[in-house]
Amino acid sequence: MEGLAHLAAGIGAGLAVIGGGYGIGQLARGAMEGTARQPSASNDIRTSMIIAAALIEGVTLFAEVVCILLAFK
Amino acid sequence: MHAEATQAADNMGKQVGEMIMHHITNGNEVDLGFTKIHLPAITPFEVAGVHVDMSISKVVFFMMVAAFLLVLMALVVRRKVGLVPRGMANFVETLVLFIRDDVAKQTMGKDAAAKYTPYLASTFFFILTCNLLGILPGGTTPTGNVNVTAGLAAIAFFMIQFAGIKKLGVGGWLGHLMPPGVPWWLAPVMIIVEILGMFAKPFALCIRLFANMVAGHVVILSLIGLVFILGWAITPITVGFGLFMYILELFVALLQAYVFTILTSLFIGLLVHSEH
Repeated sequence: MEGLAHLAAGIGAGLAVIGGGYGIGQLARGAMEGTARQPSASNDIRTSMIIAAALIEGVTLFAEVVCILLAFK
Repeated sequence: MHAEATQAADNMGKQVGEMIMHHITNGNEVDLGFTKIHLPAITPFEVAGVHVDMSISKVVFFMMVAAFLLVLMALVVRRKVGLVPRGMANFVETLVLFIRDDVAKQTMGKDAAAKYTPYLASTFFFILTCNLLGILPGGTTPTGNVNVTAGLAAIAFFMIQFAGIKKLGVGGWLGHLMPPGVPWWLAPVMIIVEILGMFAKPFALCIRLFANMVAGHVVILSLIGLVFILGWAITPITVGFGLFMYILELFVALLQAYVFTILTSLFIGLLVHSEH
């Protein structure tokens, strides 16, 4: 059973990273397009991008913490 | 022969795992590599059936170090401030101005920014110092312990609600649980969701800081541990990646302190600076 928990932790960590990476990737794309069109707004865009990235990252890290608990339990 | 080698690698893997766990969990001694300092233990006692252990652990010790360094920094900086600050004072002024102008003012407006900048700056400097202490050899990251980040998040939670109650009054603060423009029959759902959100925000702050700090340490230690599992030939690769992670950790230490501060500021701003 312990082996299964480790397997689940590994697969779960990978899936969470796919989701988080896709989300932050989309976010960075939007921010870069916005900055390219409106370079004067780059400071505001960067701030909101970091906030949104932190929120996405937070959700991803919830999943990763669950995986760590599975692996070490 | 082959089975023996596998067995040896397996044992080594377990030892590396234990080493990593030892590093990221709390303990009662500071390991400086060449010597170990045992921290004083205070006999645990019971208060109303709750087991209380006030011993100074590794994490508490490094939190004290961080606090001491910050007090020292404050004393050095305030000693002689001319019109144009130089050296350390200049550096600290840059950071404080950044927090006041780019973090506080942008998220909660001018009036509230003046009120809450001291709290935000304290949080920022304390978290930054704690994060950076873990990168020093022999150091521990206090923010890599979930209890510490939970404490910081609890302070942030009370600060956010206090700011809201002070600005809106108790009635207005209760009123924000029911956003305007929502049909009345949705009220039970909305109020539950808003109350959940109230607690979810600091909870996310706590987990984010904790997970970020632990993750960096685990990755660096795992890379170094690979040398003992796979043999010396892997050294150039692990040292290369290890160095890369180390530098990334420096950046993450700064970024996470910034993210914690700006999110706290944003949550305060959402209550204080809201249109409704």
